[in-house]
Amino acid sequence: MSRYNRHIILSEIGQVGQDKISKAKVLVIGAGGLGCPVLQYLTGAGVGTIGIIDFDVVELSNLQRQILFGSSCLGKNKAIAAKERLEDLNDTISIAAYPFQLNYQNAIDLFNQYDIIVDGSDNFETRYLVNDTCLITNKPLVFGAIYKFEGQVSVFNYKKGPSYRCLFPNPPQEGTIPNCSEIGVLGILPGIIGSMQANEVLKIILGIGDVLSGQLLLYNALTSKVSTLKVNRNEAIIQSILEEKNNFHKKQISENCEMEVLEVSIDDIISEENIQFIDIRESHEQPKIESIKVSHIPFSQLEQSLSKINSDKKKVLFCQSGVRSKRATQMLNELNITNCFSLKEGATVLNNYTKVSSNE
Amino acid sequence: MNLNIKYFGQIAEITNQNEESIEFSGLIVSELLDVLYSKYSDLKNKDFQVAQNQELVLGDKEITGSEIALLPPFSGG
Repeated sequence: MSRYNRHIILSEIGQVGQDKISKAKVLVIGAGGLGCPVLQYLTGAGVGTIGIIDFDVVELSNLQRQILFGSSCLGKNKAIAAKERLEDLNDTISIAAYPFQLNYQNAIDLFNQYDIIVDGSDNFETRYLVNDTCLITNKPLVFGAIYKFEGQVSVFNYKKGPSYRCLFPNPPQEGTIPNCSEIGVLGILPGIIGSMQANEVLKIILGIGDVLSGQLLLYNALTSKVSTLKVNRNEAIIQSILEEKNNFHKKQISENCEMEVLEVSIDDIISEENIQFIDIRESHEQPKIESIKVSHIPFSQLEQSLSKINSDKKKVLFCQSGVRSKRATQMLNELNITNCFSLKEGATVLNNYTKVSSNE
Repeated sequence: MNLNIKYFGQIAEITNQNEESIEFSGLIVSELLDVLYSKYSDLKNKDFQVAQNQELVLGDKEITGSEIALLPPFSGG
């Protein structure tokens, strides 16, 4: 029995439709709440080439809604962790992980390698970058966004339809809409909205049904109400973006609050000398690291203990799994303490490693 | 005329309801917004679009429909 039998026996899809799915190339921006269900269903459906771009790492608070990840993924890059899970789901397709931030320099080249772009990002800056790059590269954009219990879905830039800027011409003023700060979201909501996005992708690939172009679908999980608003193409706005095409690569992503934290592996640093290792775990946590010199500054006391940090040395922060140390490193970055790195592997691996080295 | 106003996302948090009925005697969208701004002063600091009978409209558009929606952008993912 074929893997895709349940699609192929649908007369609307058939082998012809399944072949279209196999030939399709879809890039998913963000492997988070929206990206996970999108990727899950596109991989299951057998989309032949799938790209995943995300620079963030899996954290414990993601597992409530980011369905591709489990405890074993904590601290791992999301694009890479998603690829590993998806290759288990379907090893007959090609999946590319891009574990870095989308920016004005890499977006056009990346988008040009795909047929359809799916936006599952979590901030306005990326959303406008994705929209504008889709306009410039002439790719359809399957848009989804969520806020607490509500979601928005649409398809932009599809067959001369409107773009996101025809709906919201410019990003909102900074700070007016909760963004990076966690305001909470119902875990199932991105599951619903992401599934709707995956559905739009398949309709575009197959050429069946009505694609959600020129319309914005609004879903409220508390009232179970769905509304649809009509969005018209604004030619002047679209032309103004296209005219900026040649200056596009000169623009810079601003410092957003999801600051990129520098991470290192034990292998990278174990032979270096001028390092202050900082254990940011709380005092009860095991194992204790005894084979190398370590400063103990629990995360809970980090801000009050800055005097313990050696400004002359390279700082390598570690915790149990590499998640808290990443947050702590970000906190130090924000306090303008430079040369700080988060250890990817965590205390247990560091302990085993240093014991072995000291026995040699 | 009697208008049914729908609120979404943060706008619904400010007005503390998903929809309400308002008696409106003005002519265009921006006049209606002034009414809403005086009722909910926090709306002034928010970005949102207005739809009339399920279609996006600009401020100078005449109010002809009975259903108005105030729609903010969402960024979450």
